[in-house]
Amino acid sequence: MEQMTATRPAERDETAVAETIRLEPTSGFSRVLSPRELWRYRDLAFQIAARDVTVRYRQTALGAAWAVLQPVGFMIVFSLFFGRLAGVSSDGLPYALFSLAALVPWTYFANAVLLGSESLVSNNALVSKIYFPRIFMPAGVLAAGLVDITISFAILIVVVLVYGIVPPIAILMVPVLIVIMIATALGVSSALAALNVRFRDVKYVIPFAIQMWLFISPVAYPSSLIAEPWRTISAINPMVGVVEGFRWAVLGAGSAPWELIGISAVSALVLLVAGLAYFDRVERRFADYI
Amino acid sequence: MPEIAIQTSELGKSYNLGLSRRGYGTLRESLVEAARGSVGRLTGRSREQSEGDTLWALRDLSLTIREGEVVGLIGHNGAGKSTLLKILSRIVEPTTGWADVTGRAGSLLEVGTGFHPELTGRENIFLNGAILGMRRAEIRNRFDEIVAFADIERFLDTPVKRYSSGMSVRLAFAVAAHLEPEILLVDEVLAVGDAAFQRKSMGKMNEVAKEGRTVIFVSHNLAILQALCERGVLLERGGMVADAPVNEAIDSYLRSLEVAAGMDLLERTDRDNRGWQHSRVRRVEIHESGGGTADVVVAGRPATIAIELTEILPRTECRLTILNSLGHPVATLDSEVSAPADVRADDLGPRIECTVEELPLLPGRYRIDVLLKGNRQIQDGLQAAAFFDVEPGILRERPTPIAGADGDVVLPHAWHLPS
Repeated sequence: MEQMTATRPAERDETAVAETIRLEPTSGFSRVLSPRELWRYRDLAFQIAARDVTVRYRQTALGAAWAVLQPVGFMIVFSLFFGRLAGVSSDGLPYALFSLAALVPWTYFANAVLLGSESLVSNNALVSKIYFPRIFMPAGVLAAGLVDITISFAILIVVVLVYGIVPPIAILMVPVLIVIMIATALGVSSALAALNVRFRDVKYVIPFAIQMWLFISPVAYPSSLIAEPWRTISAINPMVGVVEGFRWAVLGAGSAPWELIGISAVSALVLLVAGLAYFDRVERRFADYI
Repeated sequence: MPEIAIQTSELGKSYNLGLSRRGYGTLRESLVEAARGSVGRLTGRSREQSEGDTLWALRDLSLTIREGEVVGLIGHNGAGKSTLLKILSRIVEPTTGWADVTGRAGSLLEVGTGFHPELTGRENIFLNGAILGMRRAEIRNRFDEIVAFADIERFLDTPVKRYSSGMSVRLAFAVAAHLEPEILLVDEVLAVGDAAFQRKSMGKMNEVAKEGRTVIFVSHNLAILQALCERGVLLERGGMVADAPVNEAIDSYLRSLEVAAGMDLLERTDRDNRGWQHSRVRRVEIHESGGGTADVVVAGRPATIAIELTEILPRTECRLTILNSLGHPVATLDSEVSAPADVRADDLGPRIECTVEELPLLPGRYRIDVLLKGNRQIQDGLQAAAFFDVEPGILRERPTPIAGADGDVVLPHAWHLPS
């Protein structure tokens, strides 16, 4: 026994008592929602997010420009077709500004769901060979996307100022709106990522579903086009509250859409809990299927 | 007595064959299944169906491994070795029983798993270290050591995609070698990489094994297991059949291999799980060309290996590996690497023959592993499809050494000596 300790590398002695982990069949909610487990693997979570950011900006020829090009490109197309040709109302704002304020959060959301739902399958070499809390994969995508939205949000503010609008004090609500959006994206993308492991055809459905989601969210049109009570009910789609909230917070458009934001926040929370719960239930079997 | 590092009790893992066998299902299949399932429930027929589709990859395994033990897991394909490692490294969850793991368990991964080609060497060291379970501070402490070991100082800030394969292998191994978990799980990684890398990793493994760390090895190379392990655990069809000093366990394994080779090959279940099995290996036999006793050949004489198949598929290819009695590969014969002497004709029926002009093997016992391809896919694979004995003979007019010779092969050669 003494001899054993002597031959062991010195620094191991710092970890006084080795922990015993029991591996057994589990049921119910055990993994994702275990803060202990997430904390234990925090370094890996950080590395995965850092990797996603670095790779995203290094692999693409345009790098950071992508974060801007996507919403701006949509803004131009929307302005032409919806603003000019179709004459969609924009609540009295310049249409370009009106749509850009919505496209900045929307682009983040769409990319997060698209990439997040692929994250487990595209990292299958890791998932099938090592253990870590799998939620890091979709969550890492969300974290990496924050760099994008920071850049595109800065551009939005520049455009707003160019139009001679001074953002109101309500701009302080933006972080809250982003949290609602992240909760929604995490709930949706983790559930889809889990489904994608079992059913690879989910991948074909996702781009289509995101497009549909774009049209049921008031990105290209104002939610004021929808008659009450449907306008309020539509906020069950969390992106309704987020998008209208962004316009109000950044452009000072109209009155505060508190009821939309409130409903959307509740709905986002439900989606988050449901998504994580599903993810947690199936996580233990990912390596069996991937 | 040292503390217990790993203890398992009635550990079991079952797979649902219907879904896991050929990878993932589609949503449609699953919906159809679900519909059929509910119909089945109504008619009370679903039970037996699902029972038959369950494969127990590991069954009732109770095992205690103490700190500092170096244990080799031995067994055929599909015996449950990798499943056990996967459970211990938490990749899959057991279906029954439990395992207690004391201390940090780390797997030595195949080279490059977890490397990202777009990231630089420096970034990959941190990423890969985190993947292997190291703390950030730990990686920082050992960073210089890792870089020096891998010998890549000049390319630290170059993306790994621009590395030569040798450089990325060195880097990957350097990270893995400096990982210091209390329990190290090694699954057949020593078989990859070039010879120099294998030597290096063997050396490192030897060091690790002697450091008093708990190590579990899985390898088909019995010589490696024999050299590194004290204790051998033999698994067969998911259950433990021997837990003994490594030499004894290897002996029982070799006996079981011979028994398996004597079986009707079609009845064997330990087939390569990559195979599509549209065509299967029915029989493998080696005999002296133009007659002679089955499975006995003479060194220096022509020998023919015959492989009978269940089906002829387009683009049938075959790869044979000849291994010595310790499971060390001696030679590989691969029809995909063609030569003018190869014949492609249908005159043999569902059968492949491979002829060796002058068998350059030393007397002893050998086995043949076979891998069958067709339709550009792996169809079937069997280890120890046949055993054969090589008897002493004459190669190019020189008698083969009878006993005590080192190595496995005889080379045609000539000397020039002082008179």
